[in-house]
Amino acid sequence: MNIDGKAFRYGSDVDTDVIIPARYLNDSSEKALASHCMEDIDPDFVKNVRAGDIIVAEDNFGCGSSREHAPLAIKASGVSLVIANSFARIFYRNAINIGLPIMECPEAVRGISAGDEVRADLATGTIFNVTTGKSFKAQPFPEFIRGIIEDGGLLNNLAKRSKKQ
Amino acid sequence: MGMTASQKILAAHAGLAEVKAGQLISAKLDLVLANDITGPVAIREFKKSGAERVAERDKIALVMDHFAPNKDIKSAEQCKICRVFAKEQGIENFYDVGKMGIEHALLPELGLVGAGDLVIGADSHTCTYGALGAFSTGVGSTDMAAGMISQTCWFKVPSAIKFVLHGKPPANVCGKDLILHIIGMIGVDGALYKSMEFAGEGVKNLSMDDRFTVCNMAIEAGAKNGIFPVDEIALDYMKGRFRRPVKIYEPDPDAEYEKVYDIDLAQLKPTVAFPHLPENTKTCDEWGDIPIDQVVIGSCTNGRISDMRIAAEILKGRKVKDGVRTIIIPATQSVYRQCIDEGLLSIFIDAGAIVSTPTCGPCLGGYMGILAEGERAVSTTNRNFVGRMGHVKSEVYLASPYVAAASAVAGRLCTPDEL
Repeated sequence: MNIDGKAFRYGSDVDTDVIIPARYLNDSSEKALASHCMEDIDPDFVKNVRAGDIIVAEDNFGCGSSREHAPLAIKASGVSLVIANSFARIFYRNAINIGLPIMECPEAVRGISAGDEVRADLATGTIFNVTTGKSFKAQPFPEFIRGIIEDGGLLNNLAKRSKKQ
Repeated sequence: MGMTASQKILAAHAGLAEVKAGQLISAKLDLVLANDITGPVAIREFKKSGAERVAERDKIALVMDHFAPNKDIKSAEQCKICRVFAKEQGIENFYDVGKMGIEHALLPELGLVGAGDLVIGADSHTCTYGALGAFSTGVGSTDMAAGMISQTCWFKVPSAIKFVLHGKPPANVCGKDLILHIIGMIGVDGALYKSMEFAGEGVKNLSMDDRFTVCNMAIEAGAKNGIFPVDEIALDYMKGRFRRPVKIYEPDPDAEYEKVYDIDLAQLKPTVAFPHLPENTKTCDEWGDIPIDQVVIGSCTNGRISDMRIAAEILKGRKVKDGVRTIIIPATQSVYRQCIDEGLLSIFIDAGAIVSTPTCGPCLGGYMGILAEGERAVSTTNRNFVGRMGHVKSEVYLASPYVAAASAVAGRLCTPDEL
């Protein structure tokens, strides 16, 4: 998976209502969700985001509702990684379950500004800020979690594993 | 080291004698829940996995409450996906218009959840059932799908924070003020990944509905679950209602808590969360002059019969201020019926409020009371994030039914004492 893109920078407590407002939850298709991603916190996000870009935020990212539509919207908009100081627990679980890469790394959050180009490697947990030349180290996920993310989510992963058996 | 009540329920459902905070376990579920927003995504994931039948159809509940009665064609299609799936899989606990209510008021009322249960729901406020001594927590649609396929879920065993309650709340103060006070004190991530366990002699001074409100908003402090001890009040509520035998799990005397807070209920004041986070709380002496455009009394937080009675007590013989749109939403058909039988509906209508059929509607900015730019609402709901009830430049003030009803009459944020 290629994690290489420009950083979008947000603060603490980015909630699922601003990631994907409930008024759009009457359609769960990825295309519809992506077209309104981050609309209530950053109306230009959809216009500016490119495949591979990353989101960098502070504490408690994804707090609020359990809507899986939130990580789905972020993933479908092309974002390849979310880095934060911490994630709200349901979002954390949902992101892994649908195959959206996430990393907890306060040093990287402090060392990345909006617009910086960032590369990351999930297997090693390395985050490299191409713009400033600095690198950071997050705790890498164990192999089975990386497997879920690489297969595009838990149920794809389960289906693949049951085929192998 | 002993276990907390939450840890004991997880251990029992994982078939283990003991669990420790941080341990990963797989546990058997007593109920899995989804609604009309999260259900269709869970069903899509279910089909993606190649599964054909759900594991235990009588341990699944699907409640059409968020955008139902259908607010538009797309919402109607989402409910239809759930309806077809329920029929195909023989899921009897499918609640549609006529039987439905707001899920977290409905399931305890029907006795589908109770003491000792392990429940997951694809809705963050699933933590409500901790009021009855269950371990219940919100998950996403994929976990819901996996739950329907296997009737199990994996958990990381949480550590816990204990809240020891003392005394009795003063007049015009209820469970909502307590939980807003706690969230204001510890913050929206103050209990992240943890259990919030309630204890102390003050528990007996909180009604069942107060406890539902408190556990309901545990998620607003980031908690995995909230849980109350099972006492006479809880047993009375479950009697003749809960469909499984009651199982009581009490924390060990040496259970480990990361932090213990002592709260004197008598010292609580009417408390409101100002925009745009539930932790931005202010007590009534700090509110200032906040003119309002709308009041909402309802939701999974405060749409139960006690909340309706409180609203009626304040609105009886009074009129809502001209220009304040007052929307009252009994959470279930049975609460609605009780409002009729007790004459509350007439009080609401005479006061100039409207009464809606059960729905989550305005709480999440779905329909039935959306705010325009610059408008303010006082609401008994659970979240006041940017854009939660409508326009990104609208504001939601989270309050108890006492404060919401009084504010409707005054046309500004206030307590019943000021009327």
